[in-house]
Amino acid sequence: MFFVGIFGFVTRKNMIAILISLELVLNAVEINFAVFNRYLHPQHLDGMFFTLFGIAITAAETAVALAIIINAYRTVGNIDIKNLSKMKE
Amino acid sequence: MDPIINLILFFCVGIAMLLLSVLAITTRSLLRAAIYLLLVLICTAGLYLFLNFHFLAAVQLSVYAGGVVILFVFAIFLTTNKGEMLLGHSFQRYVYGALAVILGVAVTVFAWMKHRFLYAPGPGLTGDWEINMKVIGQTLLGTGKHQYLLPFEILSVLLLACIIGGILIARKK
Repeated sequence: MFFVGIFGFVTRKNMIAILISLELVLNAVEINFAVFNRYLHPQHLDGMFFTLFGIAITAAETAVALAIIINAYRTVGNIDIKNLSKMKE
Repeated sequence: MDPIINLILFFCVGIAMLLLSVLAITTRSLLRAAIYLLLVLICTAGLYLFLNFHFLAAVQLSVYAGGVVILFVFAIFLTTNKGEMLLGHSFQRYVYGALAVILGVAVTVFAWMKHRFLYAPGPGLTGDWEINMKVIGQTLLGTGKHQYLLPFEILSVLLLACIIGGILIARKK
């Protein structure tokens, strides 16, 4: 069951496809919410709604982050974090 | 369902998730990473089904697998040049990353071993506790204790802010 906690930690290794690993970490956290809800307090639905709101917030955050990335690509020409040390040209 | 088969299936899904997530962060092609991410998210939906969170599984599939991954794929197509591969960081960074991972796993396992969880009585992995759709709706839109109207509304405002922010950022200068 606690695969998932470790799973979240393992994914943090990546520094390049940062957003994808961020998704993985958030996903692991959401699984943990759901699992704790099911096994420790099955009479309440709190964990499930935390997961639900977490999913929605993650979706919004991904949309904005990808908009920023596309904009950065338009300015700089590629999306390596090394080339993004300047905020403004 | 047969408990043993259920357990075996559960472990298969868990191991598949672990392997796919490791693959997603180690593969050298961004598009493949996105596809592995998609598979991990689908496995997560399967896990929610095991836990009898049917509504959650549906949300996971439609929002994550349907929306977020499509966004990822579009962004990858828009931003990668042809045949581009991911470059690695310096070796030092990998060492630091591995250190952080090992420490984190150690702390998690330690806490897990140390703590006795108060497992609630009831069918765990094998039972069938379907949550009523009516209960979900009333919990989401109620104002009492353990009910979630306020976060729901705040979330809608957050989504609106995200839409406006996205338009503002992506707009041509």
